[in-house]
Amino acid sequence: MAAPALSDRPSPLRRLVAAEGDRRPRARIAALALTALLLVISVLSLGVGASGTSLPAALWQALNGEEIALRDRLILFDIRLPRLAIGMLVGAALAVSGAVMQGLFRNPLADPGLVGVGAGAGLGAILAIVLGGLLPLALRDGLGYALVPVAAFAGGWVTTLLLYCIATREGRTSVAVMLLAGIALAALAGAISGVLVYMADDSQLRDLTFWGLGSLAGATWGKVLVAGPLIGLALAATPFLAHALNALALGEAPAAHLGIPVQRMKRLAVLSVAAATGAAVAVSGGIGFIGIVVPHLLRLVIGPDHRLLLPNAALLGASLLLVADMISRTIIAPAELPIGIVTAVIGGPFFLWILLRNRAGLEL
Amino acid sequence: MVLAVALAGPTMAQDAGRRVVSLGGAVTEIIYALGEQDRLVARDSTSTFPAEATGLPDVGYVRALSSEGVLSVAPDMILAEESSGPQETLDVLEAAQVPLVVVPDGYDGPAIRRKIEIVAEALGVPEKGEALAAEVEATLAEAVEGARPDQPVRVLFVLSMQGGRIMAAGRGSSAEAIISLAGGVNALEGFNGYSQVSDEAVLEAAPEVILMMERGGDHGGDSADVLAHPVLGQTPAAESGAVLRLPGLLLLGFGPRTPEAVTALSSALKAARP
Repeated sequence: MAAPALSDRPSPLRRLVAAEGDRRPRARIAALALTALLLVISVLSLGVGASGTSLPAALWQALNGEEIALRDRLILFDIRLPRLAIGMLVGAALAVSGAVMQGLFRNPLADPGLVGVGAGAGLGAILAIVLGGLLPLALRDGLGYALVPVAAFAGGWVTTLLLYCIATREGRTSVAVMLLAGIALAALAGAISGVLVYMADDSQLRDLTFWGLGSLAGATWGKVLVAGPLIGLALAATPFLAHALNALALGEAPAAHLGIPVQRMKRLAVLSVAAATGAAVAVSGGIGFIGIVVPHLLRLVIGPDHRLLLPNAALLGASLLLVADMISRTIIAPAELPIGIVTAVIGGPFFLWILLRNRAGLEL
Repeated sequence: MVLAVALAGPTMAQDAGRRVVSLGGAVTEIIYALGEQDRLVARDSTSTFPAEATGLPDVGYVRALSSEGVLSVAPDMILAEESSGPQETLDVLEAAQVPLVVVPDGYDGPAIRRKIEIVAEALGVPEKGEALAAEVEATLAEAVEGARPDQPVRVLFVLSMQGGRIMAAGRGSSAEAIISLAGGVNALEGFNGYSQVSDEAVLEAAPEVILMMERGGDHGGDSADVLAHPVLGQTPAAESGAVLRLPGLLLLGFGPRTPEAVTALSSALKAARP
């Protein structure tokens, strides 16, 4: 799982640079194709849903100066449009965070869960669902139904910061310590969650189950306004991260010799992943597989250069999540399947297929 | 949000209630009992009685509804039990100006009367509601009177025993309410609602009857499972084979069939008494 030893293989950076020669055009085509794909899927996503409301019909009416029915306006602008925005944001956040984590830990199996965001956010949500009733009434009323998302986000951040403090000594962050401490903190968060689950009553357990399976059904403009800047911030950090992650593929010391501010870059990577994933988990609950599947799929097509990988991961992650959401809200309409089930059902077998086809190439 | 403000006009439908979505098993039962089922266009997944109701489109689980799913059946009225949600969905439905009538929960005779009255009022058939409420109240009083035992039976209500862990009914739960109407006492106390309970608490409770819901999935398992359970199997109820099963919605719905549930449970309790 570690990077290949430098002695018996060509230097990864050299291989990377060599590969770049043939892969750049391919990556450019991929970026164009993915952008087009995202556009097509977005339009489709606005047009598909449990109701027969159709975007073209509504636009046609609007162009002809006819009034669009209240219900149709609501479905298009207050249900499907924020849902589209949240879907794009969450998909991009999960895929990019997955790619960053895999680069940072130099481990193809890494995901944002490794820095504790997942376990911490889950614990925050469970705390809010089970013990939310104990909060002072004023605070509960003030937060309203934002209580669970806010608690999830806070839980993710607290765990990440804790982990970062544990792994940092004298200004140096040890990726290995972070990985191990992450496993320990996730186990601890899991244990506390277990206690809370034991305390939960029947209806709270049902809420927990649905939260854990993830859903974009509660998408609102308010959530877009909150999650958008956080995820945008993380995406904006990718150009800097990409260069540093490429150098880090050589190892920390060589990267430092190449002039990469390794410590700063590690901090930026962890914080941006915590911001993006924390916001994503808070607004959509637990959605798996996007963070693992998307970067792998892209590496097979455009290679491991993070400068190409990260932006393309955002595009593909957004597209995949929108497709999963379309399936989740149409397959048993008018009811809805939690989206986490859809991503797992598609992602699991798909990931196995990638693995089986590329066992040799993955150098695991 | 700007849009919502722009849309909020005084266009409340005058003749609402011709396309009704019913959320919650008891609410659906009341609509059928009122004979107003022709106005139903959809129901939630907990609305499984009467059997015809399951032929209606299912908008999903009552606590995890999607706004577009509900709007897609073009309702002009939503009758929803109190715990329906999430709130985001209800907000959008409110913005869509679909009248939403919340039917409060409750586990006693007056609560059932209130549910019936609210549903009947919303549907514009208050006289039918009055008649139904009076009838249910009378039969319930009769059933409760008939259920009165010489000495109350200690009943443990087991909601599920997934992975061997027992989830049971505590104080203030709907199960405790129906048990006491049927002349039993809840064998467990010390916690509210439904919760996982420890093996020791179950042994300590020493129930004479174990009551469960008759339905598939994780609430299932048959009496043999109960008897084979390391802890439930050691209770007085298991020794005398007093494991009862009744349909969950009948037992815990607190709708028009509650008198029937009381009668069925009380006669089962009497028969099960060693």
